[in-house]
Amino acid sequence: MASQACATEGVGLTMATIIVDNKSYTVDERQNLLAACLGHGLNVPYFCWHPAMGSVGACRQCAVKQFKDDRDQSGRLVMSCMTPVTNGTRISIDDPEAKAFRASVIEWLMVNHPHDCPVCDEGGECHLQDMTVMTGHVYRRYRFPKRTHRNQSLGPFIRHEMNRCIQCYRCVRFYRDYAGGRDLNVFGSHDALYFGREQDGTLENAFSGNLVEVCPTGVFTDKTFFHHYTRKWDLQSAQSICSHCSLGCNTTASERSGILRRITNRFNSQVNGYFLCDRGRFGYEYVNSDKRIRHARVRPDQNRTKSAQPQEASEVLNIIGERLRSAHGLIGIGSPRASLEANVALRTLVGPQQFILGINEHEHQLLSKVFNVLQTGPVPSASIHDAEQADAVLVLGTDLLNEAPRLALALLQSIRQQPMERVDELKIPRWDEAAVRNAVQNRRGPLFLAGSQRTWFHDYATDSYFAAPDDIARLGFAVAEHIAPDAPTVSDLPDNVTILARRVAKSLSGAQRPLIIAGTGSGSLAMIEAAANVAWALHRQGKQSRLSFVLPECNSTGLALLGGGRLQDAFDSISQGKADTVIVLENNLYRRAEEEQVDAFFDTAHTVIVIDSLENRTTAKADVLLPTATAPESDGTFVSQEGRAQRFYQVFIPEGEIRESWRWLSELARAASQETDVDRGVATWHNYDDAVSATARAAPELAHTGKVAPSASFRLMGQKIPRQSDRCSGRTSLIAHLTVHEPPPPVDHDSPLGFTMEGYRGPLPSPLISQFWAPGWNSIQAVNTYQDEVGGPLRDEMPGVRLIEPVATQAPAWFTAIPHLFQPRSDQWLLLARPALFGSDELSNQSSAIAERIAQPFLSLHLSDGARLSLDDHSMIDLTLQGTTYRLAVHLDPYTPVGTAGLFLGTEVSSGQVPAWVDLFKAITTEQQRRVA
Amino acid sequence: MERPLTQHTHPDGTTRTFREYVQDGGYRGLQRLASGLAPKDVQRLVSEAGLRGRGGGGFPTGTKWSFVPMGPDAPKPKYIVANGDEMEPGTFKDRVLMEGDPHGLVEGMILAGYALDAEVGYIFLRGEYHLSAQRLNQAIAEAYAEGYLGKTIPGTGFRFDLHLHASAGRYICGEETALINALEGKRAVPRAKPPFPQTVGLWGQPTVVQNVETFYNLPHIVNHGAAWYHGLSRTQDGGTKIYGVSGRVTHPGWWELPLGTTAREILEEHAGGMLKGVHFRGVLPGGISTAFLIEGHLDLPLDFSSLPAQVGRLGTGTMIVLDDHTCPVGFVLNLERFFARESCGWCTPCREGLPWVARILTSFEEGHASKDDLALLDMHTKWLAPGHTFCGLAPGAMAPLQSALQYFRDDFEQHISRGRCPWRHKPAQLKVLV
Amino acid sequence: MLSDTERRELEEAVKHYPDKRGAAIDALLTIQRRRGWISDDSLLEIAQFLEITVEELDSVATFYNLVFRKPVGRHVAFMCDSISCWIKGCERVQEQIKKLYDVELGQTTSDGRLTLLPIACLGQCGRAPAMMIDQDVHGDVTPDTIEQIVEKYK
Ligand SMILES: Cc1cc2nc3c(=O)[nH]c(=O)nc-3n(C[C@H](O)[C@H](O)[C@H](O)COP(=O)(O)O)c2cc1C
Ligand code: SF4
Ligand code: FES
Repeated sequence: MASQACATEGVGLTMATIIVDNKSYTVDERQNLLAACLGHGLNVPYFCWHPAMGSVGACRQCAVKQFKDDRDQSGRLVMSCMTPVTNGTRISIDDPEAKAFRASVIEWLMVNHPHDCPVCDEGGECHLQDMTVMTGHVYRRYRFPKRTHRNQSLGPFIRHEMNRCIQCYRCVRFYRDYAGGRDLNVFGSHDALYFGREQDGTLENAFSGNLVEVCPTGVFTDKTFFHHYTRKWDLQSAQSICSHCSLGCNTTASERSGILRRITNRFNSQVNGYFLCDRGRFGYEYVNSDKRIRHARVRPDQNRTKSAQPQEASEVLNIIGERLRSAHGLIGIGSPRASLEANVALRTLVGPQQFILGINEHEHQLLSKVFNVLQTGPVPSASIHDAEQADAVLVLGTDLLNEAPRLALALLQSIRQQPMERVDELKIPRWDEAAVRNAVQNRRGPLFLAGSQRTWFHDYATDSYFAAPDDIARLGFAVAEHIAPDAPTVSDLPDNVTILARRVAKSLSGAQRPLIIAGTGSGSLAMIEAAANVAWALHRQGKQSRLSFVLPECNSTGLALLGGGRLQDAFDSISQGKADTVIVLENNLYRRAEEEQVDAFFDTAHTVIVIDSLENRTTAKADVLLPTATAPESDGTFVSQEGRAQRFYQVFIPEGEIRESWRWLSELARAASQETDVDRGVATWHNYDDAVSATARAAPELAHTGKVAPSASFRLMGQKIPRQSDRCSGRTSLIAHLTVHEPPPPVDHDSPLGFTMEGYRGPLPSPLISQFWAPGWNSIQAVNTYQDEVGGPLRDEMPGVRLIEPVATQAPAWFTAIPHLFQPRSDQWLLLARPALFGSDELSNQSSAIAERIAQPFLSLHLSDGARLSLDDHSMIDLTLQGTTYRLAVHLDPYTPVGTAGLFLGTEVSSGQVPAWVDLFKAITTEQQRRVA
Repeated sequence: MERPLTQHTHPDGTTRTFREYVQDGGYRGLQRLASGLAPKDVQRLVSEAGLRGRGGGGFPTGTKWSFVPMGPDAPKPKYIVANGDEMEPGTFKDRVLMEGDPHGLVEGMILAGYALDAEVGYIFLRGEYHLSAQRLNQAIAEAYAEGYLGKTIPGTGFRFDLHLHASAGRYICGEETALINALEGKRAVPRAKPPFPQTVGLWGQPTVVQNVETFYNLPHIVNHGAAWYHGLSRTQDGGTKIYGVSGRVTHPGWWELPLGTTAREILEEHAGGMLKGVHFRGVLPGGISTAFLIEGHLDLPLDFSSLPAQVGRLGTGTMIVLDDHTCPVGFVLNLERFFARESCGWCTPCREGLPWVARILTSFEEGHASKDDLALLDMHTKWLAPGHTFCGLAPGAMAPLQSALQYFRDDFEQHISRGRCPWRHKPAQLKVLV
Repeated sequence: MLSDTERRELEEAVKHYPDKRGAAIDALLTIQRRRGWISDDSLLEIAQFLEITVEELDSVATFYNLVFRKPVGRHVAFMCDSISCWIKGCERVQEQIKKLYDVELGQTTSDGRLTLLPIACLGQCGRAPAMMIDQDVHGDVTPDTIEQIVEKYK
């Protein structure tokens, strides 16, 4: 949202001096008193205010005394969150009356509260607890019955305990106003208020998990965490980067006794701010999955009919060493979900010529195009923060809600940018949320969505266009043409599209910070080019335009920056005998290419070495299988779709022989080198810093990866930084069933972090903060104490390093390859991938809570196509594609473009199969047809 | 004595018809507009007349109007809203006017619309006023049929549309910003001010909300001018006021009297004094959100400027009398239960504090209160003050309680010392209702 | 399903507001007049008509006290329990009703004839104690006259 975030933008910055308890402070005039005080480390308790959601003045907790001038001795109580800062404002936080009033507010809030902290999941990180202590309220004077509520069952993610509610209205404000959700609301009035759904049922909004952090007490808690609950102070934590889409949201991952317990949001002013999507928050349980590979395995006798068996790691390394030395040609297949360091290690090991980007040909082309646009054009890529600030947005062909959900949430804020101009004219401060909403009403800034699937996100669009990819690209080209008349002309544009294009062009040209979003998901090269043309056209008009490309995976960018061969090259070199040994790094090739091809590839190879974390069809083919660490179990770098390199840290040392892929690869390299050899390349990597410096040398764009975060040798006052809180309990008792001696803690040679509770406690560079905490601030609200200006960047924030910045000042020549009008065919349909928030991401699918939310596989068709194929909505069909038959539910809707079919295969996503033309008459065998036959 | 608002209303409670209204000079104000009275002239007239809002706050209407953006660049549309929520217990003056003389409200609203260049009006009527709804609907239909509504008023270029909105209960809807939310089809929680409705109101547009009675004054001000209007009252605030009395008096009822009439006059001359055998102890001068006046205050003129702040406010002008056969604690308990039930639930002190207060008062009545409870009541009267809560409901709730604690503290203490309510023969078995 | 008449009435109400949801209360009261109360099904139908979610409509509906989200009897008696009526003895009238019809505040008689609800000041303080049955107001009610009044509503 705009309020606080905006306050950090430089425009019209005026500073004011305020006097708090007789001391002067310099503050930004566009803030409210509460934020100003918190920014100076002055503790004022609050509930309903939230740095990203502004003020509404409901809870009355933030009262302070305001004085007219220095002669005014009596003053009056004001709500600091509702009071603008003006020069000379004179207030007191310590005033006895103000203190007593604030204590009373807690007393009122506790009237009906169940006082069940010992059994409450929020205990120990509860904002209500913190505020209660802060105000000094201790004794209960209310002696009448409390009201009680029935709780609702809200689905696999969120637990509901309404009795703990303190009616701050934050949940509905977040869920409805901020995140666009509609199935949560407040019911009733006076002291009989209920916050929940109309009926029991799953909270549908893609950002529901943030309720856990937004709620200041234990009404909404993390259900997945509940299943393996641990108090916050007992968690061992570190910074992680979400690996479930390409946006790179920052998270705090937390563990205890070898189990990853939860993911919480981690503030990064440039990326995710205060919020995550549900895939990112609840997708972590794959780390604890039964399908984890925990030991190295080797297939005995190289007999492919037998499965690989666990073996001692040193033994396995010997075997690999031998195989590698005797290999006739070695190729390595990298991965967009493996860290930059792991990919660099593999590339170093096999040599750049033998390094294959583990993605299919089509994706390869699309990624190259994206980088070509970002590297040769003058328009920079947008951070998520930039996206929130955009005042007009055009999305071409990507289904943001399902492919890059946090970006969709950012756009829900961007549509407030234009109406904010009216708010400014009315002199309503931007933090005055309720007033802003009343002034804005239903007015929304421009957001144009073009795609082939409708979601609830479209409810917030100025206009939506549902069409086949080629037609969407054509719309994009037409928009560019309307902005810059010398841009290439789109011929045969239907009238309605011309009108739309003109409208979009007008909106974008009328904006200051227009944003164009496209992606690889639709499989259309032309779409990327069209997006570039639009952004460049706007750039020529002097706009601060931005581009954002949604990519398939968490490190697609990192992989593409490294460069390498195509998957087909790998298949060819094995089938042509140029190589006989292959190392597959964290990549299930069955998701990338046709089954037959992959089968043939593995069958022909002499030795297949697979490094991965979870069992899948590719790991089943391994002659040698090495168990690798997942992101929360390793140190590494991902490069987000924005081009931002970000560091994640090992949270804990996993059980078994699991280690980072780059470490396996360097050990493998050492095992392969003859004893007399001097170690070269990846064999010389001994710790993570080695990996980072080698990575920085691997490609010119990667030169700055070393600056992403402090190196392993970083110390403060000579000390490491603890991953555990200084209240961490039970370190001997945890293993008392094994030994009563306390074993020495593991030593971390790879990072400045330690696996203990001892070490330096004080200000830290942001990536090294294990959990946000400050005295008196046990909840996530502690983040405030890490910012100079509440809502602004963290102190010493290292928000990652952008690896791609434009060098060109002028746009290159227009892209001119405009596709033809999409023509539906008489017997064939263009099969398009239907991404899903739950289901399209390989790893999160293995988390049980997410698995519950994955839809049944389906095929969506336009109503008229359903009629042509004699299919009813919801009927079941068997669809045979490239030899495999899928059971699919039919979804008929008016949005799927005529002549196309949207395919969602549940967890069996295979990007190898779409987009493609398919004869649905032939491919579909309906029950009916079968019965007739 | 002139009674411009009610001199033609039928004493039997039947309504004044359109024909009668016109015959008595109704809608004449509209004709005056055509003869060159510009919007700003109407505004000036209202300011000069010293008209103050009759909804309880007594805010000068002309001043309120001066914040409405005017001129060609002003946002469009602007709205006029009549606040006919009248749920303040003890108050029934707006009902009497709307039932007896619906066209007076219609004309008043058209004039306000003209003065502020607002083209749409709503009458926000409390849901229980079925008879008012019926009569207003008919009046609106007649005004449409006659072209006073929905058509350009000849010679002015001004056109006004008017709709009746029946509410669904909830005292808080009477608070003007909550009312605006209610009209938008939302939960009726109040809005923070600033921005004031005059700039950001209904659907984000400039909006003026006035009490029903306030509007009834407008045609007369436009017809007879500011000086005449001033002449009606006995004090510096212009005009007459509908005063009312309920409780154990001889003739409960309402009367239109000059502003500034004293409580004693009203109670003794108009309401006929206390019923036989009962004695006066105190009076809430205007609805239950006002502080008690006691014997010593009865000769103060009742208007918006004469009551000293520490004594109280006039409120709606419809009084409720406390007599010596009625328990003052039970009396305020009844009030606080009402307030607790009618809190909107938005801000903490009101939502949680009022039910607590009501429960404490219940325990007084049931005979298990202690000195600590008295302290807790004092605490609430201190904290639920203007500015501490989000809107005026909770401070309004504290006005009678605080003054009761001041004037009738003895009675509270007796409840504690005797362990029961002295007015009830047996220790009462009251149910905890809130 | 909304009947044609209901739909027509709602369409009329919607015309008064620039935004459909402005008619939420009118719509709820209109349907309630016809159906007695607002069932979950009615709620859904109205929400669909207003193009808002059921949650949004119920959030509004449950705020107000004249919207019945539970079934009521054939007649609804609203007993004013505010101050003027309290002074004049509304509690005694309530007790009398309880005795006569075996019904507590907030309940419906077993024969489904009468629902008894408390209500805030009806603006009839001059004729206290007052009550309203359906849409008819009765003033100066006493324990002795109450039966006669209620008996008119079968
Ligand atoms: C809790 C509360 C309830 C109110 N109820 C009413 C009401 O029923 N009728 C009314 O006219 N004003 C009521 N008001 C006052 C209005 O907010 C507003 O001031 C008034 O309608 C303005 O009109 P006026 O200036 O003509 O008096 C209430 C205020 C509060 C705080
Ligand atoms: S004082 Fe607070 S809770 Fe009470 S009615 Fe006003 S806003 Fe609502
Ligand atoms: S934080 Fe200021 S009123 Fe809630």
